[in-house]
Amino acid sequence: MNLNATIFGQIIAFFVFAWFCKNYVWPPIVAALDERQKKIADGLEAADRAGKDLELAQEKASQLLKEAKKDSVSILDQANKRASQIVDEAKEQARLEGQRLITAAQAEIEQEVLRAKEDLRAQVSALAISGAEKILQSSVDEKVHASMLDQLATSL
Amino acid sequence: MAAEEHAVEGAQEHAPQYATGGEYIQHHLGFLVFGQKEDGHWGFAHSEEEAKDMGFWSLNVDTMGISLVLGLIFLALFKTVSKKATSGVPGGFQNAIEMIVEMVQTNVKNTFHAKNDYIAPLSLTIFCWVFLMNLMDLVPVDVIPLIAQTIAGDSHLYFKAVPSTDVNITAGLALSVFIMIIYYSIKIKGVGGFLGELAFHPFGKWAMPLNLVMELPAFLAKPVSLALRLFGNLFAGEVIFLVIALLGWYQLPLHFAWAVFHILVITLQAYLFMMLTIVYLNQAHNDH
Repeated sequence: MNLNATIFGQIIAFFVFAWFCKNYVWPPIVAALDERQKKIADGLEAADRAGKDLELAQEKASQLLKEAKKDSVSILDQANKRASQIVDEAKEQARLEGQRLITAAQAEIEQEVLRAKEDLRAQVSALAISGAEKILQSSVDEKVHASMLDQLATSL
Repeated sequence: MAAEEHAVEGAQEHAPQYATGGEYIQHHLGFLVFGQKEDGHWGFAHSEEEAKDMGFWSLNVDTMGISLVLGLIFLALFKTVSKKATSGVPGGFQNAIEMIVEMVQTNVKNTFHAKNDYIAPLSLTIFCWVFLMNLMDLVPVDVIPLIAQTIAGDSHLYFKAVPSTDVNITAGLALSVFIMIIYYSIKIKGVGGFLGELAFHPFGKWAMPLNLVMELPAFLAKPVSLALRLFGNLFAGEVIFLVIALLGWYQLPLHFAWAVFHILVITLQAYLFMMLTIVYLNQAHNDH
């Protein structure tokens, strides 16, 4: 076990190797490690955020659904109301129209009656005259008795 | 297991070369030393005496070379990953490398409280390099020396394959850490602050000698303990592997058991070296 200059060789070699390691070996590996660490941290954070976003979106969706349900109920109510209103209006119109038709028909009927009466009256007066002629066996001067006959006709 | 069996055969083929088991172990603990010989020429030592005579200015070519190759393998592996590093889904290999990087990063974050971008890559270098050097311990003891002997054409070549069983290598690493401890201590606290910490703690300035007696050994023990802990553990493991290798065919189950246990040891020692480095450098950055 004699000591010799190998010691110096080893010392020089050590410092050269350490210097090389410090400048050319260590930095890229550590940089890659750090970068990967950062990537993983970012990924985890993103996953976390995505989870929170999902929760938020679900909450929002359920809220929207609730609102939509509420809206649909009110819309349905309104529609029902509107429908019954329309039905009512239609009923009223129909009733009025019916009334109007009835009145018109009555008026016409009345007119018909009047006309019939008129006709009847005229025929009755003619009948009366011809009856009277036959009774009297003689012709009655229509001109002479016209006024009397008219009187008779109006009184019918 | 195939490699292990080759090693066994190798050991048996070479068995006649060694008169005793002790010689076999002794030979495996020798280094391939390059230095100035007695006649003034530079060259490889052919015996341990010759290696010893070369004195301090010689080089353990085997451990140094394998240590350099392993360091380059570490940098090449990590560099290929860092070139293609993606923040998307990582591939299998990138995943493995990232696990190591994250382990080091977490330990540095938990232990090192000052701000210094050099500490983490430095710790990564220490952990991976020391681990790879220790890992050579799991290669059967005869394989790499045999390869080296075949290439050199010298069946008596000394070749030590596990760099961390060479105290020069572990001391080199520990001294590098020690240099950084001193550098950062002075950079953060100034020369006065650094020396003051040694001289005026824990009993105030009137007990300076006592303080120095307490603090200096503790300070100097840091590199020594770093170097000798790693060296001792791996050297002991290596010697036991060598002893087991002497058993011939009976070594297989024992070798397997010891290797499995050693997986724990080599990882633990690499981790310890890294953690202690971080702790020491944290202390150097702490201003009291």
